[in-house]
Amino acid sequence: MESLEQLCCRLLARFPGAQVSVVPNPGAAAQHSVLLDPAHARAIAEFLRDDEALALDFCSNVTGVDWPDKTVVEVTKASVPDPAGGPAKVTEQKKERLEPGYLEVVYHLYSVKLRHGPLVVRMRTENRTDRVSLPSLTPVWRAAEFQEREVFDLYGAVFQGHPDLRRILMWDGFKDHPMRKDYVEPEDNEWEPTPHGDLLAKVKLQQAAPAAAAPSGAAGGTKS
Amino acid sequence: MSSTGESPLLPAGGAHVRAVTDEFHGDLLEVSMGPHHPSTHGVFRMMVTLDGERIVRLKPVFGYLHRNHEKIGESTTYLSSMPYTDRLDYLNSMTNNWAYALAVEKLAGVPVPERAEYLRIILAELTRLQNHICLAGFLLQDSGASGTPLMYAFREREKILGLFESLSGSRMMCNYQRFGGCRVDAAPDWLARARNLVNGFGAFLDEFEELVTGNEILMARTQGIGVLTAPAAVGAGITGPMLRAAGVGYDVRKVDGYGLYPRFSFRVPVGAHGDTYDRYMIRILEMRESISILQQALKDIPEGPVMDPKAKIRGFRPKPGEAYGRIEGPKGEIGFYLISDGTPNPYRYRVRPPSFINLTVLEDLCLGHTVADSVVILGSIDIVLGEVDR
Repeated sequence: MESLEQLCCRLLARFPGAQVSVVPNPGAAAQHSVLLDPAHARAIAEFLRDDEALALDFCSNVTGVDWPDKTVVEVTKASVPDPAGGPAKVTEQKKERLEPGYLEVVYHLYSVKLRHGPLVVRMRTENRTDRVSLPSLTPVWRAAEFQEREVFDLYGAVFQGHPDLRRILMWDGFKDHPMRKDYVEPEDNEWEPTPHGDLLAKVKLQQAAPAAAAPSGAAGGTKS
Repeated sequence: MSSTGESPLLPAGGAHVRAVTDEFHGDLLEVSMGPHHPSTHGVFRMMVTLDGERIVRLKPVFGYLHRNHEKIGESTTYLSSMPYTDRLDYLNSMTNNWAYALAVEKLAGVPVPERAEYLRIILAELTRLQNHICLAGFLLQDSGASGTPLMYAFREREKILGLFESLSGSRMMCNYQRFGGCRVDAAPDWLARARNLVNGFGAFLDEFEELVTGNEILMARTQGIGVLTAPAAVGAGITGPMLRAAGVGYDVRKVDGYGLYPRFSFRVPVGAHGDTYDRYMIRILEMRESISILQQALKDIPEGPVMDPKAKIRGFRPKPGEAYGRIEGPKGEIGFYLISDGTPNPYRYRVRPPSFINLTVLEDLCLGHTVADSVVILGSIDIVLGEVDR
């Protein structure tokens, strides 16, 4: 199979306006990946499947990755000349910047016809809260049908164009997305008939403000 | 069933029956098969819509055994997940271990000594034997051959599990592979026992085949039932014996050549019709190939260490990066996708479960067939719910 840089060049020539870039993998496996922009992903996926040199007809693995917001501290150094003529003073300025997080969906593609692979393809959502929709690649590879449902269920990425996008492992009444890094398990104190110590404090807090103390995941189909 | 707005957990048992009226087909009946139906091999539910006895719609419902295996894997160290992979597909803990060890070895660049690679191949092929013979037994049980074939299969399987127990200390939850080799070495008398078993397995297969393969009832129940075409199988990500029964000779052992498989000569059986009978037959033929691999491996196994001496057990922190490792498990391609951020725990730990993805085509296979056939078709897909629901 051609190198990823060559592939990117070919894709950019074929799809003008698309944003395609190589995401390097610094680890020992060196399985580098291609980042697609959601607007062109569906067309590019069809190209990857139908192109004769690639023929990536088998989508082996689809999965999500959660990258939460992180604060990046940027240190800028500035040298201030000493007015008295001494050596210049170096001052450090720290600046905190919030880097927005995103959800990432990773596809591992192989070719059954030409026996090569994997080509790792990724897509990223704009953020983790309200702009989480991505194009579904299930119409291109049906293998993604259950796996995209799983990503929707556990991560909360919404796949536009999926034929049957429902929760798959959690029950329908469940509210949260358990594989996210900031997921908090719902408090369940039913196992403790006589709460004491820390647990008692928690229970009291919960009883005082049930909506605030119990995360949304507690509202389950089995309990209602 | 979001269409009806009900929770999949509420109706328990197989007695949940409701009439659905549809002006085109007359009275359709919606039946919930499972989650505690004996033919579903665990807690799995099929919402079947019937027109008479014919299936017109089938929606699988998952999640009864879901414990978020992946989240647990991300909250512990790399090694702590190894015994937990046994519980994915609890019939095939050795191959689950191998797939996970392979992915971590790719992630961290750990070499594996030759003897360990031989032991892995021996154990993986023994696992394949016991999985396939179990599947044949279960399939026959599902299609009405009560008792005898399953007991024959279990008798042989127990011998293989005995080998696993004497090597790893456990029949099914082996926890045997490590990153960079295997946990303990096999003694010479263990290898002699394994040779003995492998040499006798062919005769058992002959006996088993004589009992059932040409059986008229089995043929009537399985031939032409649940036909899967090659393009549909590849598109839906079907792997393992099910893909090869559909006529696609794709075997990760040949394609990726992981471990030392390129050293072994074996054939990849391919089906011609893609029906349930082919899926049964492919397993029998694969067992014959496994016997040949085992005989070669047990003859050539070299002396030497079974662990890479530089492999780190404690304080194992792979460099940042990611890796996807896959092997040919008995049920299909089992893969692990790992992302490391340099800490002792994986940042992302993902299992590619073959039997979960093989269920994608369940509805297509069952449409137009009877309820009794759907049981046989499900049996031929070979699922384990520990892996489907994770």
